[in-house]
Amino acid sequence: MTINELQDQVIEEFALFDDWIDKYNYLIDLGKSLPPIDVKHKTNDYLIEGCQSKVWLHPAYENGIITFTADSDAIITRGIVALLVRILSGRTPEEIMNSDLYFIDRIGLKQNLSPTRSNGLLSMVKQIKLYAIAFSTKSKQ
Amino acid sequence: MQLRLMNRTIEDIRSDFPILSEHVYGKPLVYLDNGATTQKPEQVISRVAEVYRTANANVHRGVHRLSDIVSEQYEAARETVRLFINANTREEIIFTAGTTASINAVAFSFGEQFVSQGDEILISAMEHHANIVPWQMMCERKKAVLKIIPFSDEGILDMYEFRRLLSPRTKIVAVTHASNVLGTINPVKEIVAEAHKHDIPVLIDGAQSVQHGIVDVKDMDCDFFVFSGHKIYGPTGIGILYGKEKWLEAMPPYQGGGDMVGTVTFEKTTYNVLPFKFEAGTPNYAGAIGLACALDYVTKLGRHDIAAREMYLLELATKELSSINGVRIYGTAPEKVSVLSFLPGEVHQYDAGMILDKMGIAVRTGTHCAQPIMDRYGISGTVRASIAFYNTEEEMRILAKGVRQVMEMFA
Repeated sequence: MTINELQDQVIEEFALFDDWIDKYNYLIDLGKSLPPIDVKHKTNDYLIEGCQSKVWLHPAYENGIITFTADSDAIITRGIVALLVRILSGRTPEEIMNSDLYFIDRIGLKQNLSPTRSNGLLSMVKQIKLYAIAFSTKSKQ
Repeated sequence: MQLRLMNRTIEDIRSDFPILSEHVYGKPLVYLDNGATTQKPEQVISRVAEVYRTANANVHRGVHRLSDIVSEQYEAARETVRLFINANTREEIIFTAGTTASINAVAFSFGEQFVSQGDEILISAMEHHANIVPWQMMCERKKAVLKIIPFSDEGILDMYEFRRLLSPRTKIVAVTHASNVLGTINPVKEIVAEAHKHDIPVLIDGAQSVQHGIVDVKDMDCDFFVFSGHKIYGPTGIGILYGKEKWLEAMPPYQGGGDMVGTVTFEKTTYNVLPFKFEAGTPNYAGAIGLACALDYVTKLGRHDIAAREMYLLELATKELSSINGVRIYGTAPEKVSVLSFLPGEVHQYDAGMILDKMGIAVRTGTHCAQPIMDRYGISGTVRASIAFYNTEEEMRILAKGVRQVMEMFA
């Protein structure tokens, strides 16, 4: 599936819930089911400092594909990270660099996930794109 | 108990605050973030608007009537502040942008005049960043050393360590009156008396105390006292630096500009007298007048009654939250202001805050600009409910119910 097909799938999943509490429960479930990050990558080198919760994001680059593993100390944030990993992991740097992440606006959590809420979402997306740029540059050398 | 202030019901008093009848996500707003900023009564909102509608002109400048009127009101506001904290003279009351600006002013001006290499500045481990960073910056500039008074698990300052840390090199002590995270009311009178034995001046940070009861700078005998208008039902962008005249006279101005000068030539500028020496540029006169209005409002409600009601609500909230299995409360000193920091079991404070927000409950989550306190407890943050007199018993129960729900969701 393409990045946009996956985004559409996520939007459809969230559309099933009318109530905010169910949406959050789903995010919590996603957070709990996020595969654990290798402990050796849970270091300050891979820490993205959001204001309120910690996020660790590790990129592995192999055969032209970036695989992300991640974790957070807050479960809702881990749910958001899980969505990002699901949509953007296993992609080429170019796919990531050119992606437009519209799902955030359309899953009905925008109020809570807007950048001003200092949840680090913006920093996560920025970091993912920075890794993509770095690997893309490296592979061209 | 304590349902009435000034013979008014709480419902009636709440109607003074337009925002308290707002809804968020379709639910009635439960505003428990008063430690961050308080809501404004209609009286203050109207007063600020009235300044702009009827008396707007620059202060101390024009010979024209409007400038006269607003200058008078601005100076009357200074007098209101003086009376409110019981300062000796109006010269001791400096209008600033807030607590942070006031502490920065003292750290800079006092540092320039009195601090040199190897000197020591003494603060406590329960300060918010505004009473840490300005001193760190000064220490860096002057090659001075920052010393820290520790506190106990309950959140009580270690007075033995305080006395031990006072040294012949200590130049100033800066301590919070009440902790914004733990709620602890510190024994400021004792701290000042002890420091004065060694002729060391003391700055008391009143950001979290002045709105909760009586503050009397003469009784405390502190050398500096600072607070913010917006935390005592006044406008944002206005605050107070109180300083004993002898210190303010001896300190150089920290900002240059209009109004703070005597004569200006390119060779030499002389400075204006107090309090204007420390008020460079056009001051926030509308804010100052609004602040005076807020202080009048608080005085009219009754400061003793406000304190008593807030203690009652704090005890109620503490009881409600303590009864929930797994809730840990941070800050259990016997003397507290109405600030309640806690963690709901293993739930991350950020997760808890997000869900409480969706229930219409406004609390603060995170480090509350006091990271060293979190490090002291080895946690990454807390949820903080900070209570004002206009909060209700029902809201304390809504909070407890919300916390229960949060813990179930993340179980």
